[in-house]
Amino acid sequence: MLMPVPDAALIARKGEIVRALQKIVPGEGVIGDPSGLIPFQSDALSAYRQTPLAVVLPETTAQVSAVLAWCQANGVKVVPRGAGTSLSGGALPLQDGVVLGMAKFNRVLEVDYANRCAVVQPGVTNLAITGAVQADGFYYAPDPSSQIACTIGGNVAENSGGVHCLKYGLTTNNVLGCELVLMSGEVVRLGGKGFDAAGYDLMGVVTGSEGLLGVVTEVTVRLLPTPQTARAMLLGFPSVEAAGACVGDIIAAGVIPAGLEMMDGPAIRACEDFIHAGYPTDAEALLICELDGPEAECAELSAQVVALAQARGATTLKVSGSEAERLRFWAGRKAAFPAMSRLAPDYICMDGTIPRRQLPHVLARIGELGVTHGLGVTNVFHAGDGNLHPLILFDADKPGDLEKAEAFGADILRLCVAVGGVLTGEHGVGVEKRDLMGEMFDETDLACQQRVKCAFDPDLLLNPGKVFPRLHRCAELGRVHVHRGKVAFPDLPRF
Amino acid sequence: MSEVAIRTERPKSAAEVLALVADANAAGRRLEVVGGGTKRSIGAVTGAEAILSLAGLDKVIDYAPEELVLTAQAGTKLSVLEALVAADGQMLPFEPPHLTGLLGSKGEPTLGGVLAANLSGPRRIRAGAARDHFLGFEAVTGRGEAVKAGGKVVKNVTGYDLSKLMAGSWGALAVLTEVTIKVLPAGRTEVTLLFFGLDDQRACEAMSLAMNAPVELSAAAHIPPAVAARPPLKGEMAVTALRLEGFTASVAARAESLGAALKPFGRLELLDAEHSREFWTQVREAQAFHGDRRPLWRISVPPATGWRVGEALAGEALYDWAGGLVWLLSEEDPSTLRAAVRALGGHATCYRGHAPAFEPLAGPLADLTGRVKAAFDPKGVLNPGRMG
Repeated sequence: MLMPVPDAALIARKGEIVRALQKIVPGEGVIGDPSGLIPFQSDALSAYRQTPLAVVLPETTAQVSAVLAWCQANGVKVVPRGAGTSLSGGALPLQDGVVLGMAKFNRVLEVDYANRCAVVQPGVTNLAITGAVQADGFYYAPDPSSQIACTIGGNVAENSGGVHCLKYGLTTNNVLGCELVLMSGEVVRLGGKGFDAAGYDLMGVVTGSEGLLGVVTEVTVRLLPTPQTARAMLLGFPSVEAAGACVGDIIAAGVIPAGLEMMDGPAIRACEDFIHAGYPTDAEALLICELDGPEAECAELSAQVVALAQARGATTLKVSGSEAERLRFWAGRKAAFPAMSRLAPDYICMDGTIPRRQLPHVLARIGELGVTHGLGVTNVFHAGDGNLHPLILFDADKPGDLEKAEAFGADILRLCVAVGGVLTGEHGVGVEKRDLMGEMFDETDLACQQRVKCAFDPDLLLNPGKVFPRLHRCAELGRVHVHRGKVAFPDLPRF
Repeated sequence: MSEVAIRTERPKSAAEVLALVADANAAGRRLEVVGGGTKRSIGAVTGAEAILSLAGLDKVIDYAPEELVLTAQAGTKLSVLEALVAADGQMLPFEPPHLTGLLGSKGEPTLGGVLAANLSGPRRIRAGAARDHFLGFEAVTGRGEAVKAGGKVVKNVTGYDLSKLMAGSWGALAVLTEVTIKVLPAGRTEVTLLFFGLDDQRACEAMSLAMNAPVELSAAAHIPPAVAARPPLKGEMAVTALRLEGFTASVAARAESLGAALKPFGRLELLDAEHSREFWTQVREAQAFHGDRRPLWRISVPPATGWRVGEALAGEALYDWAGGLVWLLSEEDPSTLRAAVRALGGHATCYRGHAPAFEPLAGPLADLTGRVKAAFDPKGVLNPGRMG
C-alpha cells in the first residue's frame, strides 16, 4: 500500500513543529519523542504501521482550531484519531504528519430527555453514551462490536454500524448535529436538536467522511427508549441456501428483526470451541435472530420466525428464555473474530455488502477463490442487510502469506461489486480498500467526491492518502471539467 | 422578473439530461430543474432560461421487496411507487407528503422531487427522513458530468455519502436521474390515540412523554382549537394525536400501555385503522391550511420547544413531529419570525409569502455552503436563486 511520499523538508522541521504545537497545547499535550509515539503507530488494521512526526492531544475546541490553522498555514498534514479502532486504517499516521488525538474530549456535556438527545464530546466511547442514560431507560442504538473502546467521534467519521443497524440504522441515522473544525481553523455548527437543519445536509456528508473533511469537536446524538423485551433465537440449518432463504422469508413476512446474523459451518464450530455458547456444531449455517419491543410483539413474532425456520428445514430452534441466555447466544458471535485464532495465527476481515439474493452464489465463489489462493476462509454475515464479513485465515510469519490474503480479499470485494454490491458496508475505505475504489466508481465519480473534499480542505492536508486512490490537487480537478468542455452526444436535440 | 414563456426541455433518458446540462454549462445558460413541478413556488427560481423537466424519466428500474430496495428514475411519480410497494405489503418509510393541496399546485410529485426537497411526513419521528432512506443515485452535476454515488444495497459506507448532500439541496447541485431508496414492510395495522383540549405546552409534554415510552410511537401531532375548528376536522377543541403501527397484538399491547402512561392528560379516544390513516393524511398534507392565502411557514425546532413557536408568534399553528415541525400561518414580519425561531434553536422555511424561502446562512457556514455549491455547479447553472 503506497502512501503519499513523505516530505523530507517537513520531517526536518520536526523540532520547530513540536515547539509550535506546544505553544498551542501546553503541558503534556504534545508528544514528540520516539518512544511516546509508538502507541500511535497503527489502528486496528495493524498490518500497517507508521510512526507519526508528532502527536497532539488538545482539550478544547479553541486548541483544535489553533492547531489546524497553524498546520494549514505551515503545510503540515493532520491525521485525526479517536480510539484507534478503525478496521480500515482510517487513523494510520503519516511519517510527515501530525496525529490529532481527541481522547481528552471525554465528557458527556448534556442529556436532554425532553428532546431525546445527548450532547457529547467526540472522545466519549460509544458504550459510555448508553452508560450515561440507561438508568433512565434510554440508550444509543448503533453498536459496533468495538463499542467498549471506540469513540463517538470515530463513529461519526466512519459512519459505524453494528449488529442492530438493520432496525435502528447506522451512525448517520442516529446523529442530529455536530460542531466541526475545518482545516482552516474555522468552526461551524451543523444540525442541532431539531429533525432537520437549514441549508445543505453537511452533517450527512461529514458522517462517514473518514476524517477527510473536518475534525468533530462535539456531537449531538439521538437517544431511544430501551425496548421492553429483547429475545434472541438460534436457528441452525443444514445449508447456507436454506438459511439464506429463511432470511428472505422473515423479511417477506414483514418482520424487521433488531439483529439478524448468519455464520457458516467453520465459523459456528470455531466460535463454539472458543466460547461454548450452545451453537449446533453439526449445522452448516446458523442464524441468530433478535427481536425487541413489547412482550406481546416478541412472543408473536418469535413464534412466526420459528415456523418460518421449520418450513426451511431448520435442525436447531432455540429461543432465549432469559436475559442471560440471550447474552450467551450473542457471546459466540461477538467473539467470532478472536475465535479465529483457533484456526490460524492471523486473519483479515472483509466488509462487502451484497444483495442478499446473491448469497449462495457469493459464498460458493468465495470458497472457490479460497482454493485458488490456497487460504482458508470463514464467513460471518450481517444477514439482514447483506453485509458480509469473510475472515481470511493466514500466517503472517509465512513469507508471502499476507500478500496472498490481501489478493484474496481484493478478489472477494470485486466479486461483491460485480453482483451489485459495494466494497464496504461499515468498516470504511481507509487505506485498506482505497485502491479498489475504481471497481465501484469511475474517474468522474471520484473527481466529484474529491471536489467536495476541496470545498472543505482545499490544500488536502486532512488525512491524505485515505479513501481516494489518487491525490489530485484541487486546481487540477477544476481543469478536468474544462478539458471535458466538448459536448457529449452532439447528435441529440438541443435548446 | 418578466413572465416570458420559457421553453421546457423534456429529456427521455439520462444521456439526454447529460447533453442538455453539458450544453447549458458550456453556454452558461441557467436551468430550472423540476420533477412534477408541484413545489416550484417554494424558493422560486429567478432568471432561468429553460425548464428541465424530469417527468420523462419515469421508469421503475428494480424493485426487490426481499432486499428492501427500490431503484427508479427520478421522474417516477410518487403515487405510482406508493401503489407498487403497497401491493407487496411495503411502504416508503418516510411517508412523503405530496403538498399539492397545500401549495395549490397541479401535477404529481415525483420521487426525485421529494428526495431533492428531503420531504418527510409524520413517520419521520420514528423511521427517519427521506435522506435516511436515500441509498444512492445517478445524476448530472451542474458541470455537465454524469456521476453516481452510494449504492443499491441497504448498508454502504463506500466513499462520501453524497445522497445526503443531494437530499434537501432542491436541485441546486445536480440533476438526479436515477435514485435508489430503502423501503420497509408496512405495519399490518395502526391505531391512533386522541386526547382533547390540551393547550400547546401541555400537548408537547404529552407527546414528549409518549415519545419517551418504549412503544415505538410512529406519529405525534397537536392541532390547536382554531385549526381544529377548520375543515376537515371541524372540531370544538384542540386535538392531540398519537399513532402506533405494526403487528396487531403488538399495537394493542402498546396502545394499552401508552393509554395508561398518559392518564393524566384526560379523556382518550381511539381511531381505528381506517380513520387513523385518514387522519394522518390530513396532518401530513396540512389539510386544515388548504386554500388559506396567508403567508405559510414550515418551522423546524427541537420538539420539546415546539409550543413556544405558537407562544412567540402570532398566527395559527399545526404541530407535527411531536412538536418538532410547526406549520404556521402568520403575517409576522419575516425577519422577526426568523429571529424568534432561531432563538428557539430552529429555522424557518417560507412556503408561501414574500420572504426568501430558505433560512439565510452566515459566517464560515455560508462560505462553506458556497464552496460546496461551486464544487458541483461552478457557473450557477442549476436552479439559480432557489437555495442561494
